[in-house]
Amino acid sequence: MSRINISLPGLELKNPIMPASGCFGFGREYARLYDLSKLGAIMIKATTVETRSGNPTPRVAETAAGMLNAIGLQNPGIDKVMAEELPFLAGYDVPIIANVAGTEIEDYVEVAERISKAPNVHALELNISCPNVKCGGIQFGTDPATAKQLVEAVKAVSSVPVYVKLSPNVTNIVDIAKAVEAGGADGITMINTLIGMRLHEKTGKPVIANGTGGLSGPAIKPVAIRMVYEVYKNVNIPIIGMGGVSDAQDVIDFMSAGASAVAVGTANFVDHFVCPNIIDALPAKLDELGVEHITEIIGRSHR
Amino acid sequence: MIRNERMTVVHQAKIAHNIFELTLQGELVQEMTPGQFVHVRVGESFEPLLRRPISIANINNETKEFTMIYRAEGRGTELLSKKQAGDIVDVLGPIGNGFPVDAVQPGGTALLVGGGIGVPPLHELAKQLNERGVRTIHVLGFQSENVTFYEEEFSKLGDTYYVTADGTKGTKGFVTNLLDELKPKFDVFYSCGPLPMLKALEAQFPDKPGYLSFEERMACGIGACFACVCNTTEKHEKDYVKVCSDGPVFPKGVVAL
Repeated sequence: MSRINISLPGLELKNPIMPASGCFGFGREYARLYDLSKLGAIMIKATTVETRSGNPTPRVAETAAGMLNAIGLQNPGIDKVMAEELPFLAGYDVPIIANVAGTEIEDYVEVAERISKAPNVHALELNISCPNVKCGGIQFGTDPATAKQLVEAVKAVSSVPVYVKLSPNVTNIVDIAKAVEAGGADGITMINTLIGMRLHEKTGKPVIANGTGGLSGPAIKPVAIRMVYEVYKNVNIPIIGMGGVSDAQDVIDFMSAGASAVAVGTANFVDHFVCPNIIDALPAKLDELGVEHITEIIGRSHR
Repeated sequence: MIRNERMTVVHQAKIAHNIFELTLQGELVQEMTPGQFVHVRVGESFEPLLRRPISIANINNETKEFTMIYRAEGRGTELLSKKQAGDIVDVLGPIGNGFPVDAVQPGGTALLVGGGIGVPPLHELAKQLNERGVRTIHVLGFQSENVTFYEEEFSKLGDTYYVTADGTKGTKGFVTNLLDELKPKFDVFYSCGPLPMLKALEAQFPDKPGYLSFEERMACGIGACFACVCNTTEKHEKDYVKVCSDGPVFPKGVVAL
Protein backbone atom coordinates (compact mmCIF):
# COMPACT_ATOMS: atom_id res chain seq x y z
CA MET A 1 0.00 0.00 0.00
CA SER A 2 1.33 3.39 -0.95
CA ARG A 3 1.60 5.86 1.88
CA ILE A 4 1.90 8.87 -0.38
CA ASN A 5 -0.80 8.59 -3.07
CA ILE A 6 -3.31 11.44 -3.34
CA SER A 7 -6.74 11.68 -4.98
CA LEU A 8 -7.85 15.06 -6.30
CA PRO A 9 -10.48 16.10 -8.82
CA GLY A 10 -9.38 14.52 -12.10
CA LEU A 11 -6.09 13.38 -10.62
CA GLU A 12 -5.03 10.07 -9.13
CA LEU A 13 -1.50 10.93 -8.00
CA LYS A 14 1.09 8.28 -7.11
CA ASN A 15 2.57 10.91 -4.87
CA PRO A 16 1.88 14.59 -4.14
CA ILE A 17 4.94 15.89 -6.04
CA MET A 18 4.81 17.61 -9.40
CA PRO A 19 7.06 20.06 -11.22
CA ALA A 20 5.49 23.53 -11.44
CA SER A 21 4.52 25.12 -14.73
CA GLY A 22 7.28 27.05 -16.45
CA CYS A 23 10.04 25.24 -14.61
CA PHE A 24 9.90 21.99 -16.54
CA GLY A 25 9.11 22.95 -20.14
CA PHE A 26 7.11 20.11 -21.65
CA GLY A 27 9.20 17.51 -19.88
CA ARG A 28 11.61 16.60 -22.68
CA GLU A 29 14.75 17.90 -21.00
CA TYR A 30 14.11 16.24 -17.65
CA ALA A 31 13.06 13.02 -19.40
CA ARG A 32 16.72 12.63 -20.35
CA LEU A 33 17.66 12.76 -16.67
CA TYR A 34 15.07 10.49 -15.03
CA ASP A 35 11.84 8.55 -15.62
CA LEU A 36 8.96 11.03 -15.68
CA SER A 37 6.57 8.24 -14.65
CA LYS A 38 7.95 8.62 -11.15
CA LEU A 39 6.25 12.02 -10.75
CA GLY A 40 2.82 12.55 -9.23
CA ALA A 41 1.89 14.79 -12.16
CA ILE A 42 3.47 17.34 -14.50
CA MET A 43 2.29 20.93 -14.84
CA ILE A 44 3.35 21.80 -18.36
CA LYS A 45 4.48 25.21 -19.55
CA ALA A 46 1.73 27.74 -20.18
CA THR A 47 0.07 27.23 -23.53
CA THR A 48 -1.58 30.01 -25.52
CA VAL A 49 -3.57 29.98 -28.76
CA GLU A 50 -0.70 31.47 -30.76
CA THR A 51 3.05 30.88 -30.77
CA ARG A 52 4.69 33.28 -28.34
CA SER A 53 8.33 34.29 -28.51
CA GLY A 54 8.52 35.76 -25.01
CA ASN A 55 10.43 38.73 -23.65
CA PRO A 56 13.88 40.11 -24.55
CA THR A 57 16.89 38.84 -22.56
CA PRO A 58 18.16 39.04 -19.88
CA ARG A 59 15.14 37.15 -18.63
CA VAL A 60 16.47 35.95 -15.30
CA ALA A 61 18.40 37.41 -12.39
CA GLU A 62 19.55 35.77 -9.20
CA THR A 63 18.46 37.26 -5.88
CA ALA A 64 18.99 36.36 -2.22
CA ALA A 65 17.81 32.74 -1.92
CA GLY A 66 15.75 33.20 -5.04
CA MET A 67 15.56 34.38 -8.59
CA LEU A 68 13.56 36.73 -10.78
CA ASN A 69 12.28 35.68 -14.16
CA ALA A 70 10.42 37.38 -16.96
CA ILE A 71 10.28 34.74 -19.67
CA GLY A 72 6.98 36.05 -21.03
CA LEU A 73 5.00 32.84 -21.63
CA GLN A 74 7.16 31.72 -24.54
CA ASN A 75 5.49 28.62 -25.98
CA PRO A 76 4.91 27.01 -29.37
CA GLY A 77 1.11 27.53 -29.31
CA ILE A 78 -1.79 25.10 -28.88
CA ASP A 79 -1.41 23.38 -32.28
CA LYS A 80 2.16 22.28 -31.65
CA VAL A 81 1.54 21.44 -27.99
CA MET A 82 -1.32 19.14 -29.06
CA ALA A 83 0.56 17.64 -31.99
CA GLU A 84 4.04 17.22 -30.50
CA GLU A 85 4.40 17.87 -26.79
CA LEU A 86 1.40 16.07 -25.29
CA PRO A 87 1.92 12.91 -27.41
CA PHE A 88 5.54 12.83 -26.22
CA LEU A 89 4.37 13.01 -22.59
CA ALA A 90 1.78 10.30 -23.26
CA GLY A 91 4.73 7.89 -23.39
CA TYR A 92 4.95 8.21 -19.61
CA ASP A 93 2.57 7.01 -16.94
CA VAL A 94 1.94 10.46 -15.49
CA PRO A 95 -1.13 12.73 -15.52
CA ILE A 96 -0.65 16.13 -17.13
CA ILE A 97 -2.01 19.37 -15.74
CA ALA A 98 -2.16 21.80 -18.65
CA ASN A 99 -1.44 25.42 -17.80
CA VAL A 100 -3.67 27.63 -19.93
CA ALA A 101 -2.97 31.31 -20.66
CA GLY A 102 -4.33 33.99 -22.94
CA THR A 103 -5.01 37.66 -23.53
CA GLU A 104 -8.81 37.59 -23.70
CA ILE A 105 -11.39 35.25 -22.15
CA GLU A 106 -11.94 33.79 -25.64
CA ASP A 107 -8.27 32.73 -25.80
CA TYR A 108 -8.53 30.84 -22.51
CA VAL A 109 -11.75 29.22 -23.66
CA GLU A 110 -10.25 28.08 -26.96
CA VAL A 111 -7.10 26.61 -25.42
CA ALA A 112 -9.04 25.03 -22.54
CA GLU A 113 -11.61 23.39 -24.79
CA ARG A 114 -8.99 21.88 -27.09
CA ILE A 115 -6.26 20.92 -24.66
CA SER A 116 -8.70 19.34 -22.18
CA LYS A 117 -9.54 16.74 -24.84
CA ALA A 118 -5.97 15.40 -24.96
CA PRO A 119 -6.11 11.93 -23.38
CA ASN A 120 -3.25 12.54 -20.94
CA VAL A 121 -4.45 15.97 -19.79
CA HIS A 122 -6.30 15.18 -16.57
CA ALA A 123 -6.76 18.74 -15.33
CA LEU A 124 -6.29 22.35 -16.37
CA GLU A 125 -4.47 25.06 -14.48
CA LEU A 126 -5.77 28.50 -15.43
CA ASN A 127 -2.91 30.95 -15.45
CA ILE A 128 -4.47 34.14 -14.15
CA SER A 129 -1.32 35.19 -12.41
CA CYS A 130 1.60 35.57 -14.82
CA PRO A 131 3.24 38.88 -13.87
CA ASN A 132 5.39 39.08 -16.99
CA VAL A 133 3.03 39.73 -19.87
CA LYS A 134 1.39 43.05 -20.66
CA CYS A 135 -2.10 41.71 -21.34
CA GLY A 136 -3.94 38.77 -19.88
CA GLY A 137 -2.48 36.74 -17.08
CA ILE A 138 -2.43 38.73 -13.91
CA GLN A 139 -5.30 41.11 -14.81
CA PHE A 140 -7.66 38.15 -14.46
CA GLY A 141 -6.11 37.23 -11.14
CA THR A 142 -6.35 40.52 -9.30
CA ASP A 143 -10.06 41.28 -9.63
CA PRO A 144 -12.46 38.74 -8.04
CA ALA A 145 -15.34 39.42 -10.44
CA THR A 146 -13.16 39.04 -13.54
CA ALA A 147 -11.58 35.89 -12.14
CA LYS A 148 -14.99 34.35 -11.49
CA GLN A 149 -16.21 35.21 -14.95
CA LEU A 150 -13.17 33.59 -16.56
CA VAL A 151 -13.52 30.41 -14.50
CA GLU A 152 -17.21 30.11 -15.44
CA ALA A 153 -16.40 30.50 -19.14
CA VAL A 154 -13.66 27.87 -19.02
CA LYS A 155 -15.65 25.46 -16.88
CA ALA A 156 -18.40 25.53 -19.51
CA VAL A 157 -16.06 24.08 -22.16
CA SER A 158 -13.46 22.04 -20.29
CA SER A 159 -13.61 18.24 -20.45
CA VAL A 160 -11.49 17.95 -17.27
CA PRO A 161 -11.48 19.59 -13.81
CA VAL A 162 -10.22 23.16 -13.69
CA TYR A 163 -7.69 24.45 -11.17
CA VAL A 164 -6.90 28.13 -10.94
CA LYS A 165 -3.39 29.45 -10.26
CA LEU A 166 -3.54 32.42 -7.93
CA SER A 167 -1.30 35.44 -7.82
CA PRO A 168 0.21 36.58 -4.53
CA ASN A 169 0.32 40.14 -5.90
CA VAL A 170 -3.07 41.06 -4.46
CA THR A 171 -4.35 42.80 -1.35
CA ASN A 172 -6.48 39.86 -0.26
CA ILE A 173 -5.86 36.48 -1.83
CA VAL A 174 -8.82 34.96 0.03
CA ASP A 175 -11.23 37.15 -1.97
CA ILE A 176 -9.84 35.79 -5.23
CA ALA A 177 -9.88 32.22 -3.92
CA LYS A 178 -13.52 32.53 -2.92
CA ALA A 179 -14.39 34.09 -6.28
CA VAL A 180 -12.86 31.26 -8.31
CA GLU A 181 -14.54 28.71 -6.04
CA ALA A 182 -17.87 30.45 -6.67
CA GLY A 183 -17.09 30.36 -10.39
CA GLY A 184 -16.90 26.57 -10.21
CA ALA A 185 -13.17 25.94 -9.92
CA ASP A 186 -12.35 22.37 -8.88
CA GLY A 187 -9.16 23.37 -7.12
CA ILE A 188 -6.62 26.10 -6.52
CA THR A 189 -2.91 26.13 -7.24
CA MET A 190 -0.87 28.73 -5.40
CA ILE A 191 1.23 30.78 -5.43
CA ASN A 192 2.63 32.23 -8.64
CA THR A 193 5.69 34.47 -8.35
CA LEU A 194 5.89 37.78 -6.49
CA ILE A 195 6.65 40.81 -8.63
CA GLY A 196 10.14 42.08 -7.95
CA MET A 197 13.06 43.96 -9.38
CA ARG A 198 16.83 43.76 -9.19
CA LEU A 199 19.05 46.68 -10.09
CA HIS A 200 22.40 46.53 -11.81
CA GLU A 201 25.15 47.46 -9.33
CA LYS A 202 26.92 49.84 -11.71
CA THR A 203 24.12 51.42 -13.75
CA GLY A 204 21.29 51.40 -11.22
CA LYS A 205 19.01 50.12 -13.98
CA PRO A 206 16.91 46.92 -13.79
CA VAL A 207 18.90 43.79 -14.67
CA ILE A 208 15.95 42.08 -16.36
CA ALA A 209 15.08 43.51 -19.78
CA ASN A 210 11.39 43.51 -18.84
CA GLY A 211 12.18 45.69 -15.81
CA THR A 212 10.23 43.61 -13.34
CA GLY A 213 10.26 39.85 -12.94
CA GLY A 214 8.57 37.19 -10.86
CA LEU A 215 10.39 36.27 -7.67
CA SER A 216 10.61 32.56 -6.89
CA GLY A 217 12.74 30.20 -4.85
CA PRO A 218 13.21 29.55 -1.11
CA ALA A 219 12.89 33.29 -0.37
CA ILE A 220 9.14 33.24 -1.06
CA LYS A 221 8.21 30.13 0.91
CA PRO A 222 6.98 31.95 4.05
CA VAL A 223 4.68 34.12 1.92
CA ALA A 224 3.33 31.06 0.14
CA ILE A 225 2.77 29.13 3.37
CA ARG A 226 0.88 32.06 4.90
CA MET A 227 -1.35 32.35 1.84
CA VAL A 228 -2.09 28.60 1.62
CA TYR A 229 -2.91 28.69 5.33
CA GLU A 230 -5.36 31.58 4.84
CA VAL A 231 -7.01 30.19 1.73
CA TYR A 232 -7.41 26.69 3.22
CA LYS A 233 -9.50 28.16 6.04
CA ASN A 234 -11.81 29.90 3.60
CA VAL A 235 -12.52 27.54 0.71
CA ASN A 236 -13.73 23.96 0.35
CA ILE A 237 -11.82 23.04 -2.80
CA PRO A 238 -8.37 21.41 -2.68
CA ILE A 239 -5.14 23.38 -2.93
CA ILE A 240 -1.94 22.44 -4.74
CA GLY A 241 0.70 24.46 -2.92
CA MET A 242 3.94 25.87 -4.28
CA GLY A 243 6.49 28.56 -3.64
CA GLY A 244 10.09 27.81 -2.75
CA VAL A 245 9.69 24.06 -2.23
CA SER A 246 13.15 22.48 -2.16
CA ASP A 247 12.94 19.40 0.04
CA ALA A 248 10.62 16.93 1.77
CA GLN A 249 10.24 19.13 4.85
CA ASP A 250 8.93 21.94 2.65
CA VAL A 251 6.30 19.51 1.31
CA ILE A 252 5.25 18.63 4.83
CA ASP A 253 4.99 22.34 5.66
CA PHE A 254 2.77 23.12 2.67
CA MET A 255 0.53 20.14 3.34
CA SER A 256 0.29 21.04 7.02
CA ALA A 257 -0.87 24.52 6.02
CA GLY A 258 -3.58 22.93 3.88
CA ALA A 259 -2.19 21.87 0.51
CA SER A 260 -3.26 18.44 -0.77
CA ALA A 261 -0.31 18.24 -3.17
CA VAL A 262 2.79 20.28 -3.80
CA ALA A 263 4.53 21.65 -6.88
CA VAL A 264 8.27 22.18 -7.15
CA GLY A 265 9.50 25.09 -9.26
CA THR A 266 12.83 26.86 -9.09
CA ALA A 267 14.46 24.00 -7.19
CA ASN A 268 14.41 22.00 -10.44
CA PHE A 269 17.05 24.40 -11.78
CA VAL A 270 19.31 23.94 -8.79
CA ASP A 271 19.01 20.21 -8.17
CA HIS A 272 17.74 18.73 -11.41
CA PHE A 273 16.74 15.54 -9.57
CA VAL A 274 14.91 17.32 -6.75
CA CYS A 275 11.45 15.90 -7.57
CA PRO A 276 12.42 12.21 -7.47
CA ASN A 277 14.66 12.93 -4.46
CA ILE A 278 11.75 14.46 -2.53
CA ILE A 279 9.45 11.55 -3.47
CA ASP A 280 12.02 9.08 -2.16
CA ALA A 281 12.44 11.06 1.05
CA LEU A 282 8.73 11.34 1.94
CA PRO A 283 8.15 7.94 3.62
CA ALA A 284 10.98 8.58 6.09
CA LYS A 285 9.43 11.98 6.86
CA LEU A 286 6.12 10.25 7.60
CA ASP A 287 7.92 7.86 9.95
CA GLU A 288 9.47 10.81 11.78
CA LEU A 289 6.03 12.32 12.22
CA GLY A 290 4.47 9.00 13.24
CA VAL A 291 2.02 9.23 10.36
CA GLU A 292 0.79 6.26 8.35
CA HIS A 293 -0.49 8.05 5.25
CA ILE A 294 0.47 11.48 3.98
CA THR A 295 -3.17 12.62 3.75
CA GLU A 296 -3.22 12.69 7.57
CA ILE A 297 -1.03 15.78 7.64
CA ILE A 298 -3.15 17.87 5.26
CA GLY A 299 -4.32 20.93 7.19
CA ARG A 300 -2.90 19.77 10.54
CA SER A 301 -1.79 23.38 11.26
CA HIS A 302 -5.47 24.17 11.73
CA ARG A 303 -6.35 21.32 14.08
CA MET B 1 24.47 12.40 -21.71
CA ILE B 2 24.11 14.98 -18.93
CA ARG B 3 24.95 13.65 -15.49
CA ASN B 4 25.06 15.08 -12.02
CA GLU B 5 28.22 14.18 -10.15
CA ARG B 6 29.96 15.21 -6.98
CA MET B 7 33.44 15.70 -8.35
CA THR B 8 36.69 15.98 -6.42
CA VAL B 9 38.97 19.01 -6.60
CA VAL B 10 42.43 17.93 -7.75
CA HIS B 11 43.98 21.36 -7.93
CA GLN B 12 43.09 25.03 -7.85
CA ALA B 13 45.39 27.93 -8.68
CA LYS B 14 45.11 31.63 -9.35
CA ILE B 15 46.68 32.10 -12.78
CA ALA B 16 46.01 35.81 -13.40
CA HIS B 17 44.23 38.73 -11.76
CA ASN B 18 40.89 37.24 -10.52
CA ILE B 19 41.36 34.31 -12.92
CA PHE B 20 41.34 30.81 -11.46
CA GLU B 21 42.16 27.40 -12.88
CA LEU B 22 40.25 24.57 -11.23
CA THR B 23 40.87 20.89 -11.99
CA LEU B 24 38.18 18.37 -11.05
CA GLN B 25 38.10 14.59 -11.28
CA GLY B 26 35.15 12.34 -11.98
CA GLU B 27 33.36 10.04 -14.39
CA LEU B 28 31.54 12.61 -16.46
CA VAL B 29 34.86 13.83 -17.92
CA GLN B 30 34.66 10.92 -20.34
CA GLU B 31 31.64 12.43 -22.08
CA MET B 32 33.09 15.90 -22.64
CA THR B 33 33.89 17.51 -25.98
CA PRO B 34 35.54 20.91 -26.57
CA GLY B 35 33.17 23.86 -26.40
CA GLN B 36 30.71 22.17 -24.05
CA PHE B 37 30.25 23.55 -20.54
CA VAL B 38 29.41 22.41 -17.04
CA HIS B 39 26.78 23.79 -14.67
CA VAL B 40 28.35 24.12 -11.25
CA ARG B 41 26.71 24.41 -7.86
CA VAL B 42 29.20 26.33 -5.77
CA GLY B 43 27.71 25.60 -2.34
CA GLU B 44 25.22 23.42 -0.54
CA SER B 45 22.93 26.24 0.65
CA PHE B 46 20.42 28.59 -1.02
CA GLU B 47 22.97 31.36 -1.22
CA PRO B 48 23.86 31.73 -4.00
CA LEU B 49 20.96 29.71 -5.36
CA LEU B 50 21.61 29.03 -9.01
CA ARG B 51 24.33 27.03 -10.72
CA ARG B 52 27.13 28.72 -12.66
CA PRO B 53 27.76 27.78 -16.29
CA ILE B 54 31.51 27.46 -16.84
CA SER B 55 33.42 26.40 -19.95
CA ILE B 56 35.82 23.49 -20.23
CA ALA B 57 39.50 24.35 -20.88
CA ASN B 58 41.15 20.91 -20.69
CA ILE B 59 39.88 17.35 -20.89
CA ASN B 60 42.01 14.40 -19.82
CA ASN B 61 40.20 11.11 -20.30
CA GLU B 62 43.05 9.02 -18.89
CA THR B 63 43.09 10.72 -15.51
CA LYS B 64 39.34 11.54 -15.67
CA GLU B 65 40.23 15.15 -14.96
CA PHE B 66 39.04 18.35 -16.56
CA THR B 67 40.00 21.95 -16.04
CA MET B 68 37.90 25.06 -16.03
CA ILE B 69 39.23 28.58 -16.09
CA TYR B 70 36.92 31.24 -14.74
CA ARG B 71 36.92 34.80 -13.50
CA ALA B 72 35.97 35.26 -9.84
CA GLU B 73 33.79 38.33 -10.06
CA GLY B 74 30.57 37.52 -8.22
CA ARG B 75 29.42 35.71 -5.10
CA GLY B 76 29.29 32.34 -6.81
CA THR B 77 32.64 32.29 -8.53
CA GLU B 78 34.29 33.82 -5.45
CA LEU B 79 33.03 30.89 -3.36
CA LEU B 80 34.22 28.49 -6.04
CA SER B 81 37.69 30.05 -5.94
CA LYS B 82 37.99 29.03 -2.26
CA LYS B 83 37.74 25.30 -3.07
CA GLN B 84 40.87 23.33 -2.35
CA ALA B 85 42.27 19.93 -3.31
CA GLY B 86 40.07 17.20 -1.82
CA ASP B 87 36.93 19.37 -1.67
CA ILE B 88 33.78 18.27 -3.50
CA VAL B 89 32.03 20.26 -6.22
CA ASP B 90 28.53 19.43 -7.50
CA VAL B 91 28.74 19.41 -11.31
CA LEU B 92 25.98 18.92 -13.86
CA GLY B 93 27.33 18.17 -17.30
CA PRO B 94 28.65 18.06 -19.84
CA ILE B 95 26.12 20.42 -21.37
CA GLY B 96 25.41 21.66 -24.86
CA ASN B 97 26.91 21.26 -28.29
CA GLY B 98 30.58 22.09 -28.60
CA PHE B 99 32.87 23.04 -31.47
CA PRO B 100 32.85 20.61 -34.43
CA VAL B 101 36.48 19.48 -34.59
CA ASP B 102 35.87 17.69 -37.89
CA ALA B 103 34.90 20.88 -39.69
CA VAL B 104 38.56 21.16 -40.74
CA GLN B 105 40.34 18.38 -42.64
CA PRO B 106 43.75 17.16 -41.45
CA GLY B 107 46.37 19.37 -43.08
CA GLY B 108 44.05 22.36 -42.98
CA THR B 109 44.28 25.47 -40.84
CA ALA B 110 41.89 26.77 -38.21
CA LEU B 111 41.76 30.30 -36.83
CA LEU B 112 40.81 30.43 -33.14
CA VAL B 113 39.74 33.82 -31.81
CA GLY B 114 39.01 34.29 -28.13
CA GLY B 115 38.06 37.25 -25.99
CA GLY B 116 38.65 37.39 -22.24
CA ILE B 117 36.97 34.59 -20.36
CA GLY B 118 35.92 33.22 -23.78
CA VAL B 119 39.50 32.07 -24.33
CA PRO B 120 39.50 28.90 -22.14
CA PRO B 121 37.32 26.60 -24.30
CA LEU B 122 39.58 27.35 -27.28
CA HIS B 123 42.46 25.61 -25.50
CA GLU B 124 40.90 22.14 -25.54
CA LEU B 125 39.71 22.85 -29.08
CA ALA B 126 43.26 23.73 -30.18
CA LYS B 127 44.57 20.53 -28.57
CA GLN B 128 42.06 18.33 -30.37
CA LEU B 129 42.51 20.09 -33.70
CA ASN B 130 46.28 19.62 -33.46
CA GLU B 131 45.84 15.94 -32.61
CA ARG B 132 43.84 15.70 -35.80
CA GLY B 133 46.65 17.23 -37.83
CA VAL B 134 45.06 20.64 -38.17
CA ARG B 135 47.28 23.69 -37.84
CA THR B 136 45.87 26.27 -35.44
CA ILE B 137 46.39 30.03 -35.26
CA HIS B 138 45.36 31.66 -31.98
CA VAL B 139 44.32 35.28 -31.62
CA LEU B 140 43.55 36.06 -28.01
CA GLY B 141 42.10 39.34 -26.82
CA PHE B 142 42.11 40.63 -23.25
CA GLN B 143 41.51 43.87 -21.38
CA SER B 144 45.01 44.04 -20.01
CA GLU B 145 48.21 42.01 -19.53
CA ASN B 146 47.33 41.12 -15.93
CA VAL B 147 44.31 39.02 -16.96
CA THR B 148 46.06 37.01 -19.68
CA PHE B 149 46.78 33.32 -19.19
CA TYR B 150 47.90 30.12 -20.92
CA GLU B 151 50.49 31.81 -23.18
CA GLU B 152 52.79 28.81 -22.97
CA GLU B 153 49.96 26.32 -23.48
CA PHE B 154 48.65 28.05 -26.60
CA SER B 155 52.13 28.78 -28.01
CA LYS B 156 52.97 25.06 -27.89
CA LEU B 157 50.00 24.33 -30.14
CA GLY B 158 50.36 27.03 -32.79
CA ASP B 159 51.14 30.64 -33.65
CA THR B 160 49.67 32.74 -30.85
CA TYR B 161 48.96 36.47 -30.94
CA TYR B 162 47.86 38.65 -28.07
CA VAL B 163 45.74 41.76 -28.24
CA THR B 164 44.99 43.96 -25.24
CA ALA B 165 42.60 46.87 -25.00
CA ASP B 166 45.20 48.94 -23.15
CA GLY B 167 48.22 47.77 -25.15
CA THR B 168 50.01 46.24 -22.15
CA LYS B 169 50.55 42.99 -24.06
CA GLY B 170 50.72 42.33 -27.79
CA THR B 171 48.84 44.56 -30.18
CA LYS B 172 46.77 47.40 -28.73
CA GLY B 173 43.06 47.45 -29.59
CA PHE B 174 40.64 44.72 -30.62
CA VAL B 175 41.25 41.31 -32.16
CA THR B 176 39.78 42.58 -35.41
CA ASN B 177 42.54 45.24 -35.63
CA LEU B 178 45.18 42.54 -35.45
CA LEU B 179 43.36 40.29 -37.90
CA ASP B 180 43.24 43.18 -40.40
CA GLU B 181 47.03 43.38 -40.25
CA LEU B 182 47.71 39.68 -40.00
CA LYS B 183 45.45 38.62 -42.89
CA PRO B 184 45.79 34.97 -41.81
CA LYS B 185 45.19 32.16 -44.28
CA PHE B 186 42.82 29.57 -42.82
CA ASP B 187 39.94 27.24 -43.68
CA VAL B 188 37.57 27.63 -40.73
CA PHE B 189 37.34 30.00 -37.78
CA TYR B 190 36.17 29.24 -34.25
CA SER B 191 35.43 31.90 -31.68
CA CYS B 192 34.27 32.49 -28.14
CA GLY B 193 33.99 35.87 -26.51
CA PRO B 194 31.88 39.00 -26.12
CA LEU B 195 29.03 39.60 -28.55
CA PRO B 196 30.59 42.63 -30.31
CA MET B 197 33.66 40.51 -31.08
CA LEU B 198 31.59 37.66 -32.53
CA LYS B 199 29.65 40.16 -34.60
CA ALA B 200 32.81 41.80 -35.95
CA LEU B 201 34.30 38.41 -36.87
CA GLU B 202 31.22 37.36 -38.81
CA ALA B 203 31.47 40.59 -40.77
CA GLN B 204 35.23 40.27 -41.26
CA PHE B 205 35.17 36.76 -42.75
CA PRO B 206 31.96 36.53 -44.77
CA ASP B 207 33.37 33.82 -47.06
CA LYS B 208 34.78 31.48 -44.42
CA PRO B 209 32.86 28.88 -42.43
CA GLY B 210 32.86 29.78 -38.76
CA TYR B 211 31.59 28.56 -35.40
CA LEU B 212 30.71 30.93 -32.59
CA SER B 213 30.20 30.18 -28.90
CA PHE B 214 27.65 32.33 -27.08
CA GLU B 215 27.00 33.34 -23.51
CA GLU B 216 23.66 34.25 -21.91
CA ARG B 217 22.21 34.36 -18.41
CA MET B 218 20.93 30.88 -17.59
CA ALA B 219 18.86 29.20 -14.93
CA CYS B 220 18.28 25.49 -15.58
CA GLY B 221 21.09 24.96 -18.11
CA ILE B 222 19.28 22.11 -19.85
CA GLY B 223 16.75 23.89 -22.06
CA ALA B 224 13.67 23.78 -19.82
CA CYS B 225 13.37 27.32 -18.47
CA PHE B 226 13.68 29.43 -21.65
CA ALA B 227 15.93 32.00 -19.96
CA CYS B 228 18.78 31.90 -22.49
CA VAL B 229 16.99 32.13 -25.83
CA CYS B 230 18.46 34.06 -28.75
CA ASN B 231 16.67 35.24 -31.85
CA THR B 232 17.82 33.61 -35.05
CA THR B 233 18.50 35.10 -38.46
CA GLU B 234 15.73 34.90 -41.03
CA LYS B 235 17.29 32.02 -42.91
CA HIS B 236 17.27 29.69 -39.91
CA GLU B 237 14.33 27.27 -39.70
CA LYS B 238 13.59 28.00 -36.03
CA ASP B 239 12.60 31.43 -34.66
CA TYR B 240 14.85 31.08 -31.66
CA VAL B 241 17.59 28.92 -30.20
CA LYS B 242 18.53 28.21 -26.60
CA VAL B 243 22.17 28.91 -25.81
CA CYS B 244 22.37 26.12 -23.21
CA SER B 245 20.93 23.15 -25.06
CA ASP B 246 21.01 24.15 -28.76
CA GLY B 247 24.40 25.86 -28.32
CA PRO B 248 26.51 27.27 -26.84
CA VAL B 249 28.30 26.84 -30.20
CA PHE B 250 26.40 27.70 -33.38
CA PRO B 251 27.56 27.90 -36.97
CA LYS B 252 27.89 31.54 -37.96
CA GLY B 253 24.71 33.00 -39.38
CA VAL B 254 22.34 31.18 -37.02
CA VAL B 255 22.06 33.68 -34.15
CA ALA B 256 20.90 37.19 -35.03
CA LEU B 257 23.74 39.45 -33.92
